[in-house]
Amino acid sequence: MEIPYNVELREDTGLYNSKLGIWLFLASEIMLFGGLFSAYILLRTGAPVWPPIGADGHSVLHMLKETVPHATFNTIVLIGSSVTMVMAWVSLKQKELSKYKMYMGITIACACIFLIVKYFEYSHKIHEGFVPAHDTYMALYFTLTGLHGLHIIGGIIVLAYFWGPGFKMWGLEPERFTNRIEVVGLYWHFVDLVWIFLFPVLYLLN
Amino acid sequence: MSNSHNNESFWRKYIFSTDHKIIGIQYGITALLFLFIGFSLMMVMRWQLAYPDTAVPFVGGLVKWLADLNGFASDGNLPADLYNVFGAMHGTIMIFLGVVPLVVGAFGNYIVPLQIGAPDMAFPKLNMSSYWVYFVGGIIMLFSFFLPGGAANSGWTSYPPLADIATTGQTFWLIGMVFLITSSLLGSINIIVTIVQLRAEGMTWMRLPFFVWTQFVTSFLLVLAFPPLEAAGIFQLMDRVFGTSFFLPSGLVVGGQALQVSGGGSPLLWQHLFWFLAHPEVYVLILPGMGVVAEIIANNTRKPIWGYKSLVYSVVFLGFMSFVVWAHHMFLTGMGQAMSNFFQTTTMIISVPSVIILSCLMLSLWGGSIRLNTPMLFALGWIPMFGIGGLTGLPLGLSTPDIHLHDTYYVIGHFHYVVAPGTIFAIFAGIYYWFPKITGKMLNETLGKVHFYFSFIFMNGIFWPMLIQGLAGVSRRLADGGTSYAHAQDVLFWNEIMSYSAWLLAVAQIPFIYNLINSMLKERDEKPDANPWKATTVEWTDTTSPPMGHGNFEKAPVVHRGPYEYSVPGEASDFTPQTQS
Repeated sequence: MEIPYNVELREDTGLYNSKLGIWLFLASEIMLFGGLFSAYILLRTGAPVWPPIGADGHSVLHMLKETVPHATFNTIVLIGSSVTMVMAWVSLKQKELSKYKMYMGITIACACIFLIVKYFEYSHKIHEGFVPAHDTYMALYFTLTGLHGLHIIGGIIVLAYFWGPGFKMWGLEPERFTNRIEVVGLYWHFVDLVWIFLFPVLYLLN
Repeated sequence: MSNSHNNESFWRKYIFSTDHKIIGIQYGITALLFLFIGFSLMMVMRWQLAYPDTAVPFVGGLVKWLADLNGFASDGNLPADLYNVFGAMHGTIMIFLGVVPLVVGAFGNYIVPLQIGAPDMAFPKLNMSSYWVYFVGGIIMLFSFFLPGGAANSGWTSYPPLADIATTGQTFWLIGMVFLITSSLLGSINIIVTIVQLRAEGMTWMRLPFFVWTQFVTSFLLVLAFPPLEAAGIFQLMDRVFGTSFFLPSGLVVGGQALQVSGGGSPLLWQHLFWFLAHPEVYVLILPGMGVVAEIIANNTRKPIWGYKSLVYSVVFLGFMSFVVWAHHMFLTGMGQAMSNFFQTTTMIISVPSVIILSCLMLSLWGGSIRLNTPMLFALGWIPMFGIGGLTGLPLGLSTPDIHLHDTYYVIGHFHYVVAPGTIFAIFAGIYYWFPKITGKMLNETLGKVHFYFSFIFMNGIFWPMLIQGLAGVSRRLADGGTSYAHAQDVLFWNEIMSYSAWLLAVAQIPFIYNLINSMLKERDEKPDANPWKATTVEWTDTTSPPMGHGNFEKAPVVHRGPYEYSVPGEASDFTPQTQS
């Protein structure tokens, strides 16, 4: 038994199944990050100063100014990875497999670079005593960027699968494989988009 | 691929199955077990409420064993700490592990693809994983009972700051919830995609059975309302594990000691995020029930459902409005009169579509040739029960009477009328109605009627007195049921009546359980009647009972008409199947 509209489009909706599925998933993700951002708004409007001053008498403000260049670099890396993601999909549409491999590889590499920069940012902050429990800004910072980081890690796993072992599906069902890349691409753009909101909210608006 | 299921191993076929029918049954059995566990917790609590601090009969040894394990003192009675655990877990289990998996996981999974003429759900593997994620979430919740300090004990609402500083059980509760939320999310995405993409040829939106519409709206509620609770759960987990202060205000003193946290958080933040889910959740519980009742009423009055379009538009509007009423749970939190005004207005507006739905179902009875079989009895019983539940909600939705009624037994009575006789009667109705489809065997009618009449009496015996106690001002969540309060003395005698009703309600389920098992073991007819209720919808008319393995239909159904064409003038029989050209 085959499920209909796995590959071909349904006439009256103009969709294949997993495309609708991923859009619904992204809708729920918007509600998740919407909940997180509204917590940010509520806690910030209730705070006398922002970022708040912790028990040690310091706020993280001076460190944030230092890390703006890192975060800017990361923003550029992620936007770049979104572009290469689209290129990977287009290459498949044009059946240029080596180009697909290359663009997908660059996307994964960009994601890894993002995480490495993030790792140094985290360890620097923790080293200076700015742990999640320091104040509500730090709590939000680690929770929001941490969840975003988990989404990046999830993305890397899926992308690496389609770059490596999952690629053999191309030989059997090329159209279905192309659809999968489109779907994972939509997810990847969403993860980038979240960062585009996180970057100004956490680094610039202080 | 065809017929490959014949050679599948037992594990592949029944345990890790990707067939929506098997998964629906798995959901159904697991959720019924959880329903039983949640009910058992309540039966023990009802002993404590009727006869405070005396040893629980029959299961006293078990209660003492659990209390010892959790570190509470007990002589076979239910200590107050354990009462709190039972109270919190009764709510959690009933809602998240019992009713939602039953109405969405079991009924949605089994019936929706059959009713729209689809071969399976859109994503069969995802369907399997959503069941197993739910299962793991349930195991985590059950396991937490055996931790020191017991399971979660801050109420099913888990309000901080109390929940932030509660025992380890609360951490397990949060982790369990993350699993349950993920499961609901995957399941509901699957249902929406199935309804949008896999409708049979000719099954246009306005030809969908009303049950499918309710599942469609319910799934949207789950997709959009659950994630904010996931966000809140992650915050609370951070508070508990990493010592952050999302929900802890500055200057909090616990047990005479200043709490060593940074502060700056907001307990109200939790309530907003929690109720943003938990109010739509009420509609998640009740909407599929409305769908089940509508199917059964149309079938057993032998006439078209009254106002199909009004029902559909009402349920869509209701789903939309359910996102903007959440803070009517928070009138007394000091969030301000402007907020209260807004939310009491939206609350009054949302009662309009509910009343339209209820009126349509009642008007459907007008002039019908009603068959009083067991599913119909439960459906008819559902109407006044849900009506009482809805009407008793109006005073709570207005901020002034809510000052008196907030957090009293009146609230408990109100929402139990909605979800206990409300939802659960619809579930029973659905089980009696679709059992012949699932197994190819009929349930015994006499036992079914015994089950209905006694359940109907005792349900009211439990929940009606709660309204009386609540109006007298008795608070909820009191481990002694109000014994130590002067103002409660006049209404205390109701506690015994309610408790006996609860235990007798359990006895009234014996004919049901016996009926289920006995009918299941019965030899199936050689060629079971595929359509014993003479229904019009696709699941009855176009496939066998039980439906064939993977694929559901011998030949893809083609739909030519609306779902409730009963007693069409000029037709030979009093029902015209949707697939009849």
